[in-house]
Amino acid sequence: MSLLLQGGRVIDPSQGIDAVLDILIENGQVKALGERLSGQGARKIDCHGLIITPGLIDMHVHLREPGEEWKETIATGTLAAAAGGFTAVACMPNTQPPNDNAEVTRFILKKASQEAFTRVYPIACITKGQKGTQLTEFGDLKRAGAVALSDDGRPVPDAFMMRLALEYAKNFGLPVISHAEELSLSQGGHVNEGLASATLGLKGIPAEGEAIAVFREIMLAKLTDAPVHIAHVSTKVAVEIIRWAKKQGIPVTAETAPHYFTLTEEAALGYNTYAKVNPPLRSAEDREAICQALSDGTIDAIATDHAPHSDLEKFIEFEQAAFGLVGLETALALALRLVNQGLLSLSRAIALLSTNPARILKIAGGSLRVGSPGDVTVIDLEKKWVPRKENLHSQGKNSPFLGWELQGQAVMTIVEGKITFSRM
Amino acid sequence: MAFFNSRGQDMNASFTANHILDIASLSEEDIFYILKLALNLKEILHRPIPKVPTLRGKLVALMFFEASTRTRLSFERAAKSLSADTLSFTARMSSVEKGETLLDTILNLESMGVDLFIIRHAMAGTPHFVAKHSRARVINAGDGFHAHPTQALLDMLTVYQKKKTLSGLKIAIIGDIKHSRVAHSNIVGFRKMGSEVYVAGPATMLPLEREALGARVCYRIETALDQADVVMALRVQKERHGRALLPSVREYAQEFGLNLKRLELAQKDCLLMHPGPVNWGVELAPELQNDPRNVILEQVENGVAVRMALLVALLGGNA
Repeated sequence: MSLLLQGGRVIDPSQGIDAVLDILIENGQVKALGERLSGQGARKIDCHGLIITPGLIDMHVHLREPGEEWKETIATGTLAAAAGGFTAVACMPNTQPPNDNAEVTRFILKKASQEAFTRVYPIACITKGQKGTQLTEFGDLKRAGAVALSDDGRPVPDAFMMRLALEYAKNFGLPVISHAEELSLSQGGHVNEGLASATLGLKGIPAEGEAIAVFREIMLAKLTDAPVHIAHVSTKVAVEIIRWAKKQGIPVTAETAPHYFTLTEEAALGYNTYAKVNPPLRSAEDREAICQALSDGTIDAIATDHAPHSDLEKFIEFEQAAFGLVGLETALALALRLVNQGLLSLSRAIALLSTNPARILKIAGGSLRVGSPGDVTVIDLEKKWVPRKENLHSQGKNSPFLGWELQGQAVMTIVEGKITFSRM
Repeated sequence: MAFFNSRGQDMNASFTANHILDIASLSEEDIFYILKLALNLKEILHRPIPKVPTLRGKLVALMFFEASTRTRLSFERAAKSLSADTLSFTARMSSVEKGETLLDTILNLESMGVDLFIIRHAMAGTPHFVAKHSRARVINAGDGFHAHPTQALLDMLTVYQKKKTLSGLKIAIIGDIKHSRVAHSNIVGFRKMGSEVYVAGPATMLPLEREALGARVCYRIETALDQADVVMALRVQKERHGRALLPSVREYAQEFGLNLKRLELAQKDCLLMHPGPVNWGVELAPELQNDPRNVILEQVENGVAVRMALLVALLGGNA
């Protein structure tokens, strides 16, 4: 079975392509890219007026399986991903039990092979039980299929332990992803320290706590000459430190999430638990700095930190409500919003959502080069739509963007030459 | 008594709020309406039989998830003098201990016919949450470190009675500003009415973010006290602190406690206020107990009047 996508505007940052071309996918791979391909016997899909990009890759999601299947499963989470235009997701290890041993990694991959609508790349814990005291078996985890290491949800509190992790990961070429948070400053906090904490009477989480943790990781990357990736950057100070570190040649990469470049702490006012997230939504100045960092290359990737919760965890007192929001189905439209506002080029947006995450995780995809995996996203830039609880595919409806009028949506998602989601 | 706002306009407006969740969501008109109504209702408390039938048949639930003496009894007294029925709830010995969610607790009580919930909770935003999900009216009786709007209203009433205005005053709030919902609501309230609010205390309890509310943060207590019209001391809340934010209570009393000497900095006719309960010898020196500037017990009486006014405003009835 082969697919011929005809007449779409192909944007492939990995090759610097932005042109109207046909693309032929055969045997799960990109077979040809060119003008007016014949594609005999292939199923032809008319893509005139649409954008064709390498499949989008979300390097930071929570699929909640095993252990919290009432929030999300590998099946529903990847369906939401496919509906959002993603062809691959990397899932964080804070499941129950956590993905801190090869058996859990294998379980995730087995379920994914049976039920998933996208590729699934497990990220394993840095430390046993995410407790920060003992390294997991990096070699065993890598053999089982883990692509990266992170204690996401909590930082590794001890700098020496983080140093060991960065060093040991070099043996296996595994990227280490840091959830950068200085716990002693953030503990007990619920919203950004500043306007939100003052207005709501809640303990705040200071921006400087993120900066302190980011700086520590960067110094450890320098010390060990091992790459570190900073998850969900939310503050201007962290951006400035990362920009400085990149200039020094320190091996650091970074991601941010759509809510940090779209919303500010004001979204939480009125005790809106759907806008309770860690790191918290920050000030307008932080948001602007994040946008700038996306465009100038300081931030390498957009990742959603998709964190589904049921209303059991959200429909309660703000201080008890869980942190996190769903993002897979709105990420593309929110990134395109920056494009429409002139803050990003379309090609840069696709690099942030596809090419760069593939490079950071060292996984296939992120490119439409001949021979690459047949992972493709077809996007309608004009399509207007409104996210609602009823039309989200994720089990988690905890989105602060419900009711927003968005523009741009994936209309077809193709993984390994197979259509996994279509609105065409 | 005539009521004028900070622009000198006569305030005879109507009341528009459905709930009393915080001072920020009340308009200047709402606040004057409540203060005026409270002054009218206060007279009832001085009658030989201090009770009127205004709220007969209304059911008020006192939901105190956190310890309280003054506020709870004050609300109960207010409800009873208006002939409302009351249900008293305390989290201990209730289904909360069996793991019932707050929402279920509220919906169950609503099914019993509750018209108004008075909520005290250790977590900020809880009254807002209840207001969002219940058909009944809600009054916030203190939520976490967030707001204590009825305390601020009774403080404003006390100041208005004595100073005949709420604008152009200098208000000094001294103490643990960080953990004080009273400070929060008073900063917002007095700023809204056109007065300046200075806050001072140990810097570990004096968050800069309070400036976002319009308060002036002072590190020298003298700066706050200088020529103040109103001096409000806050209780040192020992039970709130996860970690010691103070070397010792003794040091607090020495450095930040109010006494005759320190009060000399303020206006001669200043008002000395405290939301209670007072730690005598800590935030206030015992020599201030019978000082003519001390209006702490008048605050308490005004508390009943303000709460009566809020019940009438929210539940209707003709006062």
